[in-house]
Amino acid sequence: MPVTENWKPTIVAFCCNWCSYAGADLAGSSRLAYPADVKIIKVPCSCRVNPMFILRAFEKGADGVILCGCHPGDCHYSTGNYYARRRMTLLFSMLDYLGVEDGRTRVEWVSAAEGVKFSETMNSFVEKVRGLGPNVRLGDLRCRN
Amino acid sequence: MRRIGVFVCHCGSNIAATVDVKKVVEMALLEQGVVHAEDYPYMCSEAGQSHIAEAIREKQLDGIVVCSCSPRMHEATFRKCAEKNGLNPYLVEIANIREHCSWIHKDMQEATEKAVILMRAAVAKVHLNAPLKAGESAVTKRALVIGGGIAGIQTALDIADAGYHVDIVEKEPSIGGRMSQLDKTFPTLDCSACILTPKMVEAASHENITIHTWSEVEKVSGFVGNFTVDIRKKARYVNMDKCTGCGICQEKCPSKKPLNEFNRGLNNRSAIYTPFAQAIPNVPVIDAAACIKLKTGKCGICEKFCQAGAIDYAQTDEIITQQYGAIVVATGFDTIKLDKYGEYAYGESKDVITSLELERIMNAAGPTKGHLERLSDGKAPKEIVFIQCVGSRCSDDRGKPYCSKICCMYTAKHAMLIRDKYPDTNVTVFYIDVRTPGKNFDEFYRRAVEDYGVNYVKGQVGKVAPQSDGSLLVHGVDLLENKQILKKADMVVLATAIEPNSDVRKIATMLTASIDTNNFLTEAHPKLRPVESPTAGVFLSGVCQGPKDIPETVAQAGAAAVKVIGLLAKDKLKTNPCTAKADELRCNGCSQCAGVCPYGAISYETRQVNDHGIREDRRIAVVNSALCQGCGACTVTCPSGAMDLQGFSNRQIIAEVDAICR
Ligand SMILES: Cc1cc2nc3c(=O)[nH]c(=O)nc-3n(C[C@H](O)[C@H](O)[C@H](O)COP(=O)(O)OP(=O)(O)OC[C@H]3O[C@@H](n4cnc5c(N)ncnc54)[C@H](O)[C@@H]3O)c2cc1C
Ligand code: SF4
Ligand code: SF4
Ligand code: FES
Repeated sequence: MPVTENWKPTIVAFCCNWCSYAGADLAGSSRLAYPADVKIIKVPCSCRVNPMFILRAFEKGADGVILCGCHPGDCHYSTGNYYARRRMTLLFSMLDYLGVEDGRTRVEWVSAAEGVKFSETMNSFVEKVRGLGPNVRLGDLRCRN
Repeated sequence: MRRIGVFVCHCGSNIAATVDVKKVVEMALLEQGVVHAEDYPYMCSEAGQSHIAEAIREKQLDGIVVCSCSPRMHEATFRKCAEKNGLNPYLVEIANIREHCSWIHKDMQEATEKAVILMRAAVAKVHLNAPLKAGESAVTKRALVIGGGIAGIQTALDIADAGYHVDIVEKEPSIGGRMSQLDKTFPTLDCSACILTPKMVEAASHENITIHTWSEVEKVSGFVGNFTVDIRKKARYVNMDKCTGCGICQEKCPSKKPLNEFNRGLNNRSAIYTPFAQAIPNVPVIDAAACIKLKTGKCGICEKFCQAGAIDYAQTDEIITQQYGAIVVATGFDTIKLDKYGEYAYGESKDVITSLELERIMNAAGPTKGHLERLSDGKAPKEIVFIQCVGSRCSDDRGKPYCSKICCMYTAKHAMLIRDKYPDTNVTVFYIDVRTPGKNFDEFYRRAVEDYGVNYVKGQVGKVAPQSDGSLLVHGVDLLENKQILKKADMVVLATAIEPNSDVRKIATMLTASIDTNNFLTEAHPKLRPVESPTAGVFLSGVCQGPKDIPETVAQAGAAAVKVIGLLAKDKLKTNPCTAKADELRCNGCSQCAGVCPYGAISYETRQVNDHGIREDRRIAVVNSALCQGCGACTVTCPSGAMDLQGFSNRQIIAEVDAICR
């Protein structure tokens, strides 16, 4: 895919219902802008995110995937984010090995009170992914128009 | 194939000004299965909902997508609307095109494109939504209040008066909290103990209230309506049933070195002590770290003198396990440590004190028996300087970014009380702003200035320098006169910022309630749900949620009580039907899932399954839907892909991913 001036990355953000989704809502009601490239999928907890979902996203053409959950210790279900953190550490290092650079994946803890952090996180993540350009490694060519 | 209706809300101009709603409707009609799409100014209004109702009926919809504000706002509204019109409420999905789209993007084309994608993801998901039915769980009709300050006491009294049993857990030897340390209270100047003590007594004698002092919450499990809590009753070494509260033990105890916490360490107490005379319960505790008998085995004087035979050195901690339907956090606050504020010479000079220390000094039961004295030499101060906002409204990381809210008022109170009792003592107050936005508050402050001649100087203090003659030289500025001020003082009082109690983080973690960047507990909604935490069944009362004075604390305490009463009045609660479920044909009984479930909801059963015509007995995972809270940890752990979460199934989430990446 040619990298053009106005190329826009596709970015999937998984947000847990209790903290990060609410943090994204707060970013919204405080009108804290971040690029429209970010599309949020709500999950009950960060631990609901199966590595398969992330692989699927890259396969279908995502350029970056970010997982947001409650701060360590604050997970609504006590321990979910610890599982998520361990799973993602493994997955991301495997993805990096496969050529999906580290910068295209991220885990971030954002509380319901951190609208500012949510917006800042998304801004910096999108900038990073833009810098990396389109993801070509895992993309399934059959999925492209 | 589902018959899906898409409803796009303008939200007045909140959405429509940035998202081309007509375009979203047009694009929706191109999606597979969408048989109806329309836009409306306010979907959540009666009229908007009647549009949805009509479409359900006329187009036989069996799936609905509302493109509107956050599901946290109106998902419940639209689910109810569906249910009323014969559609299972879980066949409704929300595309959040306000908070996650129109409010954060400026460019109409960009925002519209994004709204279309969010709509598509919701349509893709709703194709796979299954009708779900909420289960029911019973409610334990008993409440727990953590913290026995004025907030906790008031909440407990209100709940108890409504007929439900309440337990108060207080970590100190007595209930009462900070208010019991105050001398007089603004804006009326009535004595704090005089209005607090009757409430403490009322709580102690209420048939529906059990008070556990010298106790802490150790473990919390369960969920709204059904919490199980372990409370550690620390060893008191005094038998509560036998003690008559005569106080002879405290008098005779030879270990008199420990700092008196109640008097903020300004004097000492005995190893066996009650924090203050009106303590409830009026039963002392032995400070094991200071007790000679407990440390060396020798002494035993209190036991000898106790006529009631109440001393029991062999007592150990006790764990009480109790069920509750609701939990209220009322853990209050402390003042910040001042070690980063060297310029004020606190800790260097005994005559630089905090306002809370001044409360103790002014109190008749305090370290100076209520006489205003310098702690260095016992002399009466003739010049007193108050410095406001010490550590509050601070832009660097030495202090707190917020306003502590109570300091302007209590400083005016202190100044007025001093001028009233010691008219020949001069009082100067350095302030940044004077904030008095409460009922009768500004009048109170003006009285301090106009009637009591308190000298208010707008400006900050850069330094307090102890002098060789024992006085303090205050280096300040007067911003209105635009000049430097050097003022000699005998005493300096720091209106020190307040912060949540240090163990609030531990409590929040136990309850999975969240705290903000300043460690105050977070409310479920900053405007509309100020006394509920985001965790169902956990409520907030008092300063643990944010700085407050007593009237506000009491109001919030009552509000929290009403929420608790509303919950306890229900016999059954609807449970979240989005629970996990194992596919019996795929599950191989490996037991991985039970290991990650935080609620112990998964067990194993041997069941006969019919796998493509082969009948056999297999060990399979069974989820108890009353215990499952729907986190999804098990679904990802399952190596066979057997475990799935209803409402957030693998296929549903993948459908959303596909729609976004397509
Ligand atoms: C110097 C000063 C002067 C003031 N003067 C006034 C005034 O004149 N008028 C006025 O309206 N307000 C005044 N206030 C404010 C007033 O003190 C508070 O509004 C009030 O005390 C708040 O009550 P609370 O119950 O929320 O917190 P607290 O009084 O702090 O009570 C919290 C209780 O919870 C307990 N606790 C904490 N953690 C735990 C735990 N983990 N487990 C069990 N128990 C726990 C604590 O021991 C304490 O007993 C003043 C404050 C200060 C600092
Ligand atoms: S989703 Fe699974 S891990 Fe989470 S509570 Fe339910 S059964 Fe337990
Ligand atoms: S982890 Fe999966 S396969 Fe193993 S017992 Fe649980 S549901 Fe069955
Ligand atoms: S609920 Fe937010 S990470 Fe578990």
